Amino acid sequence: MAEYQNFFTQVQVTAAPEMGMVEGVELENRTKGASYSTLLGWIGNAQLGPIYLGTFGVISMACGLIWFMIIGGWFWHLAGYNPAVFLRDLFWMSLEPPAPEWGLRIPPMDQGGLFLVAGFFFLISLWTWWIRTYLRAEALGLGKHVSWAFAAALWLVMVLGLIRPVLMGHWSEAVPYGIFPHLDWTNLFSLTYGNLFYNPFHALSIAFLYGSALLFAMHGATILSVTRLGGDRELEQIIDRGTASERAALFWRWTMGFNATMEGIHRWAWWFAVLVPITGGIGILLTGTVVDNWYVWAQDHGYAPLQ
Amino acid sequence: MALLSFERKYRVPGGTLVGGNLFDFWVGPFFVGFFGVTTFFFAALGTMLIFYGAAMGPTWNPWLISINPPDVKLGLGFAPMLHGGLWQIITFCAIGAFVSWALREVEICRKLGIGLHVPFAFGVAIFAYVTLTVIRPILMGAWGYAFPYGIFSHLDWVSNTGYTYGNFHYNPFHMIAVSLFFTNALALALHGGLILSAANPPKGQLMKTPDHEDTFFRDLIGYSVGTLGIHRVGMLLALNAVFFSALCIVVSGTIWFDQWVDWWNWWLNLPIFANVHGGVNG
Repeated sequence: MAEYQNFFTQVQVTAAPEMGMVEGVELENRTKGASYSTLLGWIGNAQLGPIYLGTFGVISMACGLIWFMIIGGWFWHLAGYNPAVFLRDLFWMSLEPPAPEWGLRIPPMDQGGLFLVAGFFFLISLWTWWIRTYLRAEALGLGKHVSWAFAAALWLVMVLGLIRPVLMGHWSEAVPYGIFPHLDWTNLFSLTYGNLFYNPFHALSIAFLYGSALLFAMHGATILSVTRLGGDRELEQIIDRGTASERAALFWRWTMGFNATMEGIHRWAWWFAVLVPITGGIGILLTGTVVDNWYVWAQDHGYAPLQ
Repeated sequence: MALLSFERKYRVPGGTLVGGNLFDFWVGPFFVGFFGVTTFFFAALGTMLIFYGAAMGPTWNPWLISINPPDVKLGLGFAPMLHGGLWQIITFCAIGAFVSWALREVEICRKLGIGLHVPFAFGVAIFAYVTLTVIRPILMGAWGYAFPYGIFSHLDWVSNTGYTYGNFHYNPFHMIAVSLFFTNALALALHGGLILSAANPPKGQLMKTPDHEDTFFRDLIGYSVGTLGIHRVGMLLALNAVFFSALCIVVSGTIWFDQWVDWWNWWLNLPIFANVHGGVNG
């Protein structure tokens, strides 16, 4: 039975790189070369590149780099321009939003102004990248499912850094930039609003997050188990069902009495993954704006003990 | 229960691990097998005991029903039925049902002539459950350290156990686990979205191909992992998320007892920069 087990690519074949489909793509924006990585080839395709640049991609990457360098530059300043201190304190350092007394005004650079400038570039970077996902799909004649999924992630980012701070009337509500500081923010957020585990949207978000892991483990494992029969050729299997799809479906039907189809499993996957940030964003947005204490709210609604 | 149009030719004898042909049959869409019988036995007994425990408990509010493990003072002994004994038997039934289910999956894989990836993946989830309910309590010396079976009571357990070690987000294995869970959701959205976008192009256009999928991702980020590779990546992300989750909790209270924030002091105390002034920690 060992021949059924597929986990690593054992023989890697190298030929001329695939430079990609053309369709409506403006080829002058696509790089001309590609390279190979044997390490990547053990798991997936060995080919690296080409990549499409283009206006929105370049703007996005430039703004993303500026955002990153503003934060890094601030940390460098906090370290007193000492590389040993920079290395030692990197995870502890923070670019903090303005203090509460600034409300939604713009403070001097060293009191949160820089945080707002970094946030501005982050915003531009993310949304131009979203435009990029849309335009690349459009040029190749694909649906926009990846774009809308990315938009769901942006919803959560917008809630955390823009929408909720504006509704609360303070930039200070935004999440700080820093490794440990953003963990402290998360911890404090839960404590401030009476245990976030009693926020039903938080519960839904976690359920979809774990559900996504469950689904990808189930789907990934199912497809790998039928690769011997061509199961990884999912698009062909969607329109022209082969024995790989039939066995994959019957495995789940016989196991749990229900099976998805080769196309349907990807709809399950898309919705589970997309609902993680959608429900999570709703939960964050309601916290402090509509609900001050989730534990008390849970008591009012009959799912926490009254004591 | 109707068979799928193509199902009949797959319903062949064989592939069982235990019991030969004795349990080699289906009930509706379900394959039974020896392990189907044991799954049913453990699942039914465990469920009935949960209802019995609920009936003996203070509430029928489904959010608040809880079957609690024994008190920590009991150690690793057998508890009286209504003081943790039910929890012990239910845990035994749960493990019996989960392991039976995995072995039944193995039988189905053998019958269909496909790889054993799904039961292996399920085995990792069982490992995580056993870590929480058996391995860590035994290492800490009391069943009372396991989590209770209830919707909000298990969330309270997570909260209390987390704060026992300060801010649990500082646990490095917890960091890895959370990162893997988030990355898994990202990869799942991208994979699902990519397949759907190729299978469902704008109105009036032909369905697209795997070459379009590769091209889209190379255009977007310069790399396409490929139709086979994405399923390896997804399975690895999901299984490692679960594995590191088990790891982050099993080390808490067994080999690490303090606040997790203090764990990072080894880094601050490295001689190359321990005594340098300035910055956040200087």
